[in-house]
Amino acid sequence: MTTITDNAIATPRRAVRDEMIALAVMTALLAVVPLTGVYPFFVMQGLCFALLACAFNLLIGYGGLLSFGHAMFLGTAGYVTAHALKVWGLPPELGIVLGTLAAASLGVLTGLVAIRRQGIYFAMITLALSQLLYFVYLQTPFTHGEDGIQGIPQGHLFGFINLANPNTLYYVILAGFLLGFLVIYRAINSPFGEVLKAIRENEPRAVSLGYKTDHYKLLAYILSATLAGFAGSLKVFVAQNASLTDVHWTMSGEIVLMTLVGGLGTIYGPVVGAFVIIAMQQYLAGFGQWVTVIQGVIFVVCVLTFRRGVIGEIAHYFKRSL
Amino acid sequence: MSINLQALFAQLLVGLINGSFYALLSLGLAVIFGMLNIINFAHGALYMMGAFAAYFLLNVLGIGYWWALIIAPLAVGLFGIILERTMLQWIAQLDHLYGLLLTFGLGLIIQGVFQNYFGSSGLPYAIPDELKGGVNLGFMFLPIYRGWVVVFSLVVCLATWYLIERTRLGANLRAATENPTLVRAFGINVPRMITLTYGLGVGLAALAGVLSAPINQVRPLMGADLIIVVFAVVVIGGMGSIMGSIITGFALGIVEGLTKYFYPEASNTVVFVLMVLVLLIKPSGLTGRTA
Repeated sequence: MTTITDNAIATPRRAVRDEMIALAVMTALLAVVPLTGVYPFFVMQGLCFALLACAFNLLIGYGGLLSFGHAMFLGTAGYVTAHALKVWGLPPELGIVLGTLAAASLGVLTGLVAIRRQGIYFAMITLALSQLLYFVYLQTPFTHGEDGIQGIPQGHLFGFINLANPNTLYYVILAGFLLGFLVIYRAINSPFGEVLKAIRENEPRAVSLGYKTDHYKLLAYILSATLAGFAGSLKVFVAQNASLTDVHWTMSGEIVLMTLVGGLGTIYGPVVGAFVIIAMQQYLAGFGQWVTVIQGVIFVVCVLTFRRGVIGEIAHYFKRSL
Repeated sequence: MSINLQALFAQLLVGLINGSFYALLSLGLAVIFGMLNIINFAHGALYMMGAFAAYFLLNVLGIGYWWALIIAPLAVGLFGIILERTMLQWIAQLDHLYGLLLTFGLGLIIQGVFQNYFGSSGLPYAIPDELKGGVNLGFMFLPIYRGWVVVFSLVVCLATWYLIERTRLGANLRAATENPTLVRAFGINVPRMITLTYGLGVGLAALAGVLSAPINQVRPLMGADLIIVVFAVVVIGGMGSIMGSIITGFALGIVEGLTKYFYPEASNTVVFVLMVLVLLIKPSGLTGRTA
């Protein structure tokens, strides 16, 4: 069976050097954003989705598992964080911890069900599970149904960092993004990540070598869910609301699209893809449903002619790993 | 608890109708998956196109329901054949997941275009004169059109089963599913068979759309949520068996109808909950091969 990713061939040492340079460039670029006059809300939103896409990519790009329900982690963490801040009046750090934990628990529960099947079935199961969650959130009172939870106070992180200040919030979100990004980077380059890649390439062989592949897949799934939840919790401070849109299957589709555009199985692809898609939505907001059509066209074009994605193509051209 | 039989049978009938759509759609998905090895995410959008085709035939060309039952599936099936020839065939050698992503994109395009021109509200489609009214069966009042949908869907499902499991054409099809290279060596045009199979699956979805038009109104998003339920049906039943898809589809429709009566809050979610239970107890699905 052919695999879904097309990795560039690079020697390990060079790969690490390239990736470190790219990390430094990315961090520097993101750090100067507030000085450039670029609308910070847009970049913060982009960072949350970038982390979400990176978490999704950990599963598909390295584990070969296509989740079509990652919005459930985004939405669940968002709802829990929003509820904790607004109704319970908890400080931001506790809100984030609770939201992330909620997503992690959901990851454990859904993971135990979903990893029982592979490939196409895995995608359908995760989609169905997230739809189940969607209907639950539509009916439970604490989410406020169609209205969502609105007007969430941002508060002071650790009691002294004022998140209502856009510049402060920006650096907090950036720090959160980098933390999540480094966790994923570390996971990919660990022995755990190597086993994951082995499972993706040839699961029966990994089994025959004595690896309990289900454990590895479940662990990757939970890690991905947790980080996606972390992104969802951060997003609450940016958007100051939590709504059903974040749990809907269209959101799961957008996460897939971001990663596909940037490059499945590349480290920086999901980040680039997230910003491309968010920017597109921003500029085309006035065109109504044509945005959906354009997203569909991007899906089709990417699958037919551009399967490596932006970063994947660059990495392939320069024979580097990015 | 006292049981209101009238209401119970009414919900059972609604369940049977939804079950008909689940059966027709999951049958199409199973047939397509068998030959093309892709899960057709655009299935919901093509179902919606079937309903719109019936709507256009009536309101633009003045062609009524009975011709729409034939023309709409053929027209949408032809559209499917074009999709297969121009796009799907090029990704046949890739990982299955690319097929899912491609057809998801196609579904977004189709739905988005229809939403642009028709918004999200429903367009009415009248029940044909011959099927108006209802009969009192003593224990319940049966609207004739609803009874017709259930019976006709069942006939179409069984005819499809017969075509695939009992005819020479079906035998070739099943052989090509197992080993396309060998079947080609016997001089059978396998690529053409793949194209026609996709057309058949899509046509079944469009037929379900026509049947549903007088009941559920014609809406651009009518297939969007339905397809996710059908995916759950497919996971429960497994895609290995044609008869399995039909039975699972109808059975889950009935279960959903019963839930609407006994515990309406869970009617949206009962199929998904059942999917979880089946995965925990029998991961390969009720009738499926392991995948």
